[in-house]
Amino acid sequence: MDLYALAGCLGSPACLVTQTTSGLIIGMLLFLVAAGLTLIFGVLKVVNFSHGALYMFGAYFAMTTYQLTGNFALATLCGAAGTAIIGLIFERVFMSRVYGANVLMQLLVCYAFVLIFDDVVRLIWGPEFKSMGMPATFQVAPFFIAGGAVPPYYLLLIGVALAAAVVLGFGLARTRIGKVIRAAAHNPAMVSALGINTALINGAVFALGGLLAGLAGALAAPVRSLTPGMGFSVLIESFIVTVIGGMGSILGALIGALLLGLIRSFGSLGFPLFTEGLMYLFMVIMLASRPTGLFGKEVA
Amino acid sequence: MTELQADRPTGTLSAPRFQAEAKRSRYLDLSVALATFAVLAILPFVSGSKALLDFVIRCSAYGLFTTSLNLLIGYTGMISFGHGMFFGIGAYSFGLIMQRVGVPIPVAFVATLAITAVIAAVIGAICVRLKEIYFAFVTLAFQMLIHSTILSWASFTGGDQGLRGGLPRPPFLGIDLSNQLHLYLASCALLVVGLLAMRQIAQSPFGYTLRMIRDNPARASFIGVEVWRAKLTIFVLAALFASMGGMVMALFVSGAYPEFAYWTISGEAIFINMLGGVTTFLGPMVGTVLLLILNDTVTRLTEYYGIVLGIVILFFAIGLRKGLMDFVVERIAARNDRAGKRGRT
Repeated sequence: MDLYALAGCLGSPACLVTQTTSGLIIGMLLFLVAAGLTLIFGVLKVVNFSHGALYMFGAYFAMTTYQLTGNFALATLCGAAGTAIIGLIFERVFMSRVYGANVLMQLLVCYAFVLIFDDVVRLIWGPEFKSMGMPATFQVAPFFIAGGAVPPYYLLLIGVALAAAVVLGFGLARTRIGKVIRAAAHNPAMVSALGINTALINGAVFALGGLLAGLAGALAAPVRSLTPGMGFSVLIESFIVTVIGGMGSILGALIGALLLGLIRSFGSLGFPLFTEGLMYLFMVIMLASRPTGLFGKEVA
Repeated sequence: MTELQADRPTGTLSAPRFQAEAKRSRYLDLSVALATFAVLAILPFVSGSKALLDFVIRCSAYGLFTTSLNLLIGYTGMISFGHGMFFGIGAYSFGLIMQRVGVPIPVAFVATLAITAVIAAVIGAICVRLKEIYFAFVTLAFQMLIHSTILSWASFTGGDQGLRGGLPRPPFLGIDLSNQLHLYLASCALLVVGLLAMRQIAQSPFGYTLRMIRDNPARASFIGVEVWRAKLTIFVLAALFASMGGMVMALFVSGAYPEFAYWTISGEAIFINMLGGVTTFLGPMVGTVLLLILNDTVTRLTEYYGIVLGIVILFFAIGLRKGLMDFVVERIAARNDRAGKRGRT
């Protein structure tokens, strides 16, 4: 424990800015992954254990595209789109077969794919740590806010994730497709009876979840190292986020992700060895006191 | 949980007949247990293969652990994603007591069970109030909390290096557990006694209360069962057997490692349960043997273990949609059914 470091940081604006931005980028990446997870749970009632693997694919796709073309925007697009396609295939070919089955069967199918996807990545890209490197456009001097350095790429990352949050929130609340998705989450049988193709919605929701996870992976690629199995810690953290925010709630995912990001960045100062433990402790306290999370509507 | 029900009742029995039936099946269990132990005890004198003995010791450690998980999943319908924490707690507390206190092995064994019971009671009291997916999440969170504690409390637990330097295994009552043959016999005895005890729990009136809680908790509480207390009791009991498995593992590898408390060990146990089947008592044991054989063969043949294991899991989850023993039992039941009909006509 190093509470002096934590107190010292809280007293200095420069450190406060640095830690807050690093908390925000952790939080924003987590939000993108958790939003997909919570969306899939809300509509399909499936806990997608393989969501971390989708994030991993996003990162690897982006890295390969960037190495081939040198265009970071294209790389991000490919990462997101490629992962969406994988999500769609995964849902149509495998997950759709176990919707009616026991929760355990669904978890097992996902578990199988976690193992398979990790090995596929190892097969294609090799087992060693890879790094994509910061795109040339962003290799410029950082901004200084109140004395704290903020790399420009962090601002882009936060901006893109916020834009995704706004588009997602607006799309679900206001558009026709959003209304259909919310209706399907509420009562799929009725939606189907009204002549809407629910199989299509299921596939679309999984593809959207994959898109968000792939986008997160692609955005994370320049700042994180890439390795098979990199999705796992992200998956566990997004579980914590969805539990805190409430399963099925996008707003809850946003707030939960930002909370967790800040806990991680400030916790690493105060409790360098127990940062992970701090997150799990937070999850336990949340579940024990309010199992439905901050914004969950369903009664546990 | 219509697909996964342990021991579906075939008909109702009156109380005296139930008792007579229970007594008969208890004798049957006991004789099966004795016969199994006799076969396992003769094994080293017949084969002489050291690898085989090691394999059986590992099966004992995992078998105790996975069968205890089935008490929660198959019998009570509580899907715990953190049962492995008790495997880890068993291995670590036994290892720490042996390394730091230096008491005889049976004392350390009992002390570890006591420690596990206290921890399980505290964690269980928080967890069992939650249902279904929330129960799974909160147990997973506790598992990871314990894993992080082991990693960060390096001065006490050895951190990510684990408990190294070997466990002292002083002989007691003429049993020397640093001798492979003695360890083998002790593991087999623990396995057989543990399985027999769990079987007794499952077949007792309490075991049938658990099945009722699984099938209809509202009704169970309506007729006067304290659901919360029953769930907590089985949570603690299952933790004790998992902890026993952890102790066998600690003795076998002569140490304890953070992986013993990592979430994957819980995931693997759930997978073993599904592989063997959760509707029969011995399903998890069959699954354990299958997975360990699979594990040993596949890792020898290819480094892409995950792809092979993943495809096997998919075969069970999407193809069979049930575990091996579930499948076998259903086939036998169907055949008997057909034979019965033919006999009557």
